[in-house]
Amino acid sequence: MRHTLAVLVENSPGVLTRVAGLFSRRGFNIDSLAVGVTEDPAVSRMTIVVDGDERLVEQVEKQLNKLINVLKVSTLAPGECVARELVLIKVNAEPEVRSQILQIVDIFRAKIVDVGKRSLVVEITGDEEKVEALLQLLREFGVREVVRTGRIAMARGARVVRSAKGETV
Amino acid sequence: MSNQKTGAQILVEGLIREGVEVLFGIPGGAVLPLYDALYDAPIRHILCRHEQGAAHAADAYARVTGRVGVCIVTSGPGATNAVTGIANAYMDSVPLVVITGQVASPLIGGDAFQEADTVGITMPVTKHNYLLRDVADLARIVREAFHIAATGRPGPVLIDLPRDVTQQTTEPRFPRAVHLPGYKPNLEGHPMQIQRAAKLLSEAERPFIYAGGGVNNPEAAAGLRELAERGGIPVGLTLTGLGAFPGDHPLCTGMLGMHGTKTANLAVSEADVIFAVGVRFDDRVTGMVERFARQARIIHLDVDPAEIGKNVPVAVPIVGDVRRVLPGLLAKFKPADTAAWQATVAAWQREYPLTYRQSGAQIMPQAVIQELFRQTKGEAVICTDVGQHQMWAAQYYPVREPRTFVTSGGLGTMGFGLPAALGAQVGRPDKLVVQVAGDGSLQMTLQELATVVQERLPVKIVVINNGYLGMVRQWQEMFYRHRYSSVDLQAVQALAQAAGAEAQSATPPQNTSVPDFVKLAEAYGIPAWRAKRPEELAPTLARALQAPGPALVDCWVTPEENVYPMVPPGRPLEEIILGA
Repeated sequence: MRHTLAVLVENSPGVLTRVAGLFSRRGFNIDSLAVGVTEDPAVSRMTIVVDGDERLVEQVEKQLNKLINVLKVSTLAPGECVARELVLIKVNAEPEVRSQILQIVDIFRAKIVDVGKRSLVVEITGDEEKVEALLQLLREFGVREVVRTGRIAMARGARVVRSAKGETV
Repeated sequence: MSNQKTGAQILVEGLIREGVEVLFGIPGGAVLPLYDALYDAPIRHILCRHEQGAAHAADAYARVTGRVGVCIVTSGPGATNAVTGIANAYMDSVPLVVITGQVASPLIGGDAFQEADTVGITMPVTKHNYLLRDVADLARIVREAFHIAATGRPGPVLIDLPRDVTQQTTEPRFPRAVHLPGYKPNLEGHPMQIQRAAKLLSEAERPFIYAGGGVNNPEAAAGLRELAERGGIPVGLTLTGLGAFPGDHPLCTGMLGMHGTKTANLAVSEADVIFAVGVRFDDRVTGMVERFARQARIIHLDVDPAEIGKNVPVAVPIVGDVRRVLPGLLAKFKPADTAAWQATVAAWQREYPLTYRQSGAQIMPQAVIQELFRQTKGEAVICTDVGQHQMWAAQYYPVREPRTFVTSGGLGTMGFGLPAALGAQVGRPDKLVVQVAGDGSLQMTLQELATVVQERLPVKIVVINNGYLGMVRQWQEMFYRHRYSSVDLQAVQALAQAAGAEAQSATPPQNTSVPDFVKLAEAYGIPAWRAKRPEELAPTLARALQAPGPALVDCWVTPEENVYPMVPPGRPLEEIILGA
């Protein structure tokens, strides 16, 4: 089972290394990891997708929480969040199949972001199912290259993932 | 401008503000500015002979005093040498602040002389670490480092100081408070869980306490003792928990696990409620984890939430500091009648005492520990290395007080003993400190004999000399059909045989020892004696213990003695073997 974790971390050097090092040391598998700064420039947010049972995910959460630079760890349950990924796909596009590809891209509300003589670069944003479905169709024409950002996710409704106000001791 | 200070001066002032009285370390290029600032500082510096020794000494100092141990080493090899010591402290949750020098900031990343990525290397073996980039951060970082090391689940914190930053100046502001939004250890324990734990313990028919390093301090140990005595609850201890409950107490079943007593392992297997306190269900304790304590509902109290449910499912989890949680639990504890259970456990104790075969001709290693216990009246601080002698010390020296049995539990670091003994003696000058050493382990950090002499530390070194890497030999005997592969330390014999000289009349293992530990100690100016025969043991030990300064006793013991009881690795505790 895949789990999505939203992890708020201090936006400082070495934090990504700590998180990645923790995963490798403890033998946790990362499916994807996406990171970027939040509304607070001092805080970055990582969206980490882990594969494993409940017990493993609980360990991942607890071990992440032990890192001093980790401010908050939340699990985002599939029904309670929107999850997206951005993918660039370079697909073979000889003139005779080009219109077919354009049609498919249109159906998926994807975008052509680069046009070459024999290839196109398609940009798609969506959840994994949608991306996978598009990829499946494009493979017929020959997919030359794929780049994915990894999943990012946000809770639905008013709920936000925010770090508690730090106590001073 | 008069308040301007260099980074090095700020560090020293920070250490003084943290109450640091002793540093263990070795100078080098990158820490020259620090050592210059230390020259006038009211802090004692113990000059060790290897950085691993400095880290272990600081570790043992912390274990016996309950304070944060501090060591200071240079960049590159200084830092990498300290890594074993840092990992050792991390595994046993010992509060340490490690200060490492680093090459000057502009050189970082350029493979400069004596450069190593210390922060990268030590990330998995520290609770936290810092690379100082700006001298203005130093005062705050020192405060944070000590706070993180000592609170919650203690552990080592490393500060890497580039040489140039220690020479830059600023007006330091030492914060009184620490602001760490990502670090809030939960100390109090959840009242509802404490209530549930008290209820479960109060209703137990066959309760058992499994206590470890988290209880090995006077305050927690007092609470534990009250709980055990009020409830008539038998106690089993982990290796790092020895001393958390008096080893000679009628309710003490001794050590648990692989080389624990049969009684402790039976009791934990038969118990209906287990109070696991300050422990982490290490594989050396649980044996085959799926079959550990199958009859019991487990209450687990530990300060580290990640330990709870990590290896074993738990009925009642309590995240908190043992010292803070126990009083609340005691207040709600209404002991049931456990007389029948106590009688069962007492019968096991009578039926399965620790025993070993006697030998008229050779000294038995267990007898060395028993004699040491007798002569020290059980009041010494014992520091061990790792291996067979360590297990015999744990079995045959019933430790009475917290913080008096210093051993490398989690990492199992051979060579820990000698630097640990010197660090322990610095921390407890009032106590007799005895290192129980293995002949293999001692040779791993032997150079600290010089430190012992230079600092006039009256530590006693008792070498259990069997001429083997004994624990490895035991496993090769038991699980590898007696194929002794590279465990023989009798170098003289090997040399003689290689030369083909007198191969037939090769002297028995008892008659050679390389090195000659007596001569070796004497080379360092440490008086030393050898005991070869059983009748020599008591008087030789007495001479060493009565010597005014440091002393060494080389005890030639029967070479192929095994440590029993033993639960074979990966097997359930019930399959404990009592002897060959």
